[in-house]
Amino acid sequence: MPNDQAVSDSIAASALAALSTVEPRPGVPKPDPIMVADHVRRSFGGLTAVNVEHVEIQRGAITALIGPNGAGKTTFFNLITGFDDADEGTWTFNDRQVAGTAPYKLARIGMVRTFQLTKALSRMTVIDNMRLGAKHQTGERFFAAILPFLWNSQEKSVGQKAMGLLERFNLHEKVGDFAGSLSGGQRKLLEMARALMADPELIMLDEPMAGVNPALKQSLLGHIKTMREEGTTVLFVEHDMDMVHDISDWVIVMAQGEVIAEGPPDTVMKNQAVIDAYLGAHHEAQLTETGETLTESSDGDSA
Amino acid sequence: MDWSFVLTQTLTQAIGIQAIIYCLAAIGLNVQFGYTGLLNFGQVAFVAAGSYAVGVIVLTFDLSLWLAIVVGVVVALVIALILGIPTLRLRADYLAIVTIAFSELVRLTVRSIAFKDVLGGAQGLNGKLGQDFHDTNPLPADFQSLPVLSWTRQDLWVVIVGWILVALFTLLVWLLVRSPWGRIVRGIREDEAAVVSLGKNVFAYKLQALMLGGVIGAFGGIVWAVAKQSVQPDTFRPEFTFFAYTILLLGGAARVFGPIVGAILFWIILAGTGEFLGQAIQAGWIDFLQPTDVGNIRFVLMGSGLIALMVFRPQGIFGDRRELALDAK
Ligand SMILES: Nc1ncnc2c1ncn2[C@@H]1O[C@H](COP(=O)(O)OP(=O)(O)OP(=O)(O)O)[C@@H](O)[C@H]1O
Ligand SMILES: [Mg+2]
Repeated sequence: MPNDQAVSDSIAASALAALSTVEPRPGVPKPDPIMVADHVRRSFGGLTAVNVEHVEIQRGAITALIGPNGAGKTTFFNLITGFDDADEGTWTFNDRQVAGTAPYKLARIGMVRTFQLTKALSRMTVIDNMRLGAKHQTGERFFAAILPFLWNSQEKSVGQKAMGLLERFNLHEKVGDFAGSLSGGQRKLLEMARALMADPELIMLDEPMAGVNPALKQSLLGHIKTMREEGTTVLFVEHDMDMVHDISDWVIVMAQGEVIAEGPPDTVMKNQAVIDAYLGAHHEAQLTETGETLTESSDGDSA
Repeated sequence: MDWSFVLTQTLTQAIGIQAIIYCLAAIGLNVQFGYTGLLNFGQVAFVAAGSYAVGVIVLTFDLSLWLAIVVGVVVALVIALILGIPTLRLRADYLAIVTIAFSELVRLTVRSIAFKDVLGGAQGLNGKLGQDFHDTNPLPADFQSLPVLSWTRQDLWVVIVGWILVALFTLLVWLLVRSPWGRIVRGIREDEAAVVSLGKNVFAYKLQALMLGGVIGAFGGIVWAVAKQSVQPDTFRPEFTFFAYTILLLGGAARVFGPIVGAILFWIILAGTGEFLGQAIQAGWIDFLQPTDVGNIRFVLMGSGLIALMVFRPQGIFGDRRELALDAK
């Protein structure tokens, strides 16, 4: 176990070291890509929602995908994970051609995503939601299902794993509650924890922080970093620039369906095209303002 | 007014052969609709498959009933594949439309002149359909009748085996829905995309649920043919399916015992009001109704009751409100 930890630590570390030498321009090749997409295009009627020439996602790193509303980020997620069909294009996952593969198969080979509009199964309990995430369950097969002795012990270990994750995500007191009784932010957490039950190699999070309170955001940032340390590659969409700045190793910017910039967070946020298309000229000022508001409110709380 | 007649008649029907047939159909629907969320509006086609398998194999081809049962199961599985493969990848409504159309297609085909030699046309198939089964009757030959329940020796044997079948299928459903398999289908009922995103082959699970529910429905048809020793095409109208849904909703969808409770209640209401109104008219208590109106009035009452139930207890009598199968949220 400590050995594993050391190995994955070194994966993460070497990924980061490698990224630091990569030139910040759209479509740039990465030293060890887990996912490579080429000429991916999707249009709705006359509108081209996604038109990505070439993009690579570095293995072991945390990559942020940012861009204005309607830039095509969610659509790109949907295409890559097979939930929507691309008009054209190819992409590989772990060097394997996966365009046109059924979405459940992609999830099985390690590409697991969450949704912008949370999909917690509200009529099932929190623990059942979690259990659903585990892969290779014997009791999921029809004939094995009616013979509980075949899957009871596996069910126990799946339950233990679920409890561990729920504790990490601060949901352990909700184990037996219906997911429908959770708040919006708690559902986001549950969805993320559930995705981790499937041991993804690449986890794709669509706005994981939307509607999550500041304190919880801090611990979520921690969770996402932990994922990286455990060897999971993270690709996430987010509008919260503080967070993007804080945790991402690499940022990809989309606008009007195309990748317009790539690079480490600092470089990207100074990029004029990105400021024009997304951040706005005053984004730094706004960031500090938000920072101040945060400090004020936490001061207010402690007083 | 003969109260004891009303009561014994009602009780006999509440746990009688018809109740068993509808109960089996409703157990099938519970797997499909209650747990998996599949809108199968053509359950009667599976029931017809069971009945006609018995009719055709035993009467037309003069083969054994036991073979007919195997054929009935196989035909139900094939129907589920034919209906499911093209529709289960599409939105939920497609299955509903296709199944109801298919069930009418089945009825019109089996009653058509073209296949009269094999399927019996509009008269259906009548004869010693269930003889192989009735030969196994262990009840004493001089058996008259139970104290209150007025079944013949032959019917009582059907009722006993029928309820054993109900118990076995209920046990099967119970085992399935509390397993990881059941967790997946309940997830599918609520949000397919979420389940797909966790690496489950949703299409395969929906197909399995459709097949299992269809086979259980076919057993309803087999019981019917064996008990009545006759298969009539026009008994397989779409309203059969809707009565089965009524039963499921009465008892509570997605409850293991829902179909049993629902079937008994359904026949208590239907038979009870029928017998009661019949007696009341005879006794002169009600003078604005003719005895011939009774058959229809009881369905009006059943419909009103169902509406009231949906308004005040949408989860069914024993359903769990937190696990409502019907809310659109
Ligand atoms: N199913 C659809 N039908 C028609 N147009 C669509 C559909 N899905 C997305 N679009 C369009 O495609 C474009 C990209 O949408 P997408 O949801 O990918 O944006 P996004 O980058 O995720 O935005 P946001 O940050 O607001 O979530 C939008 O202009 C949107 O209107
Ligand atoms: Mg989006």
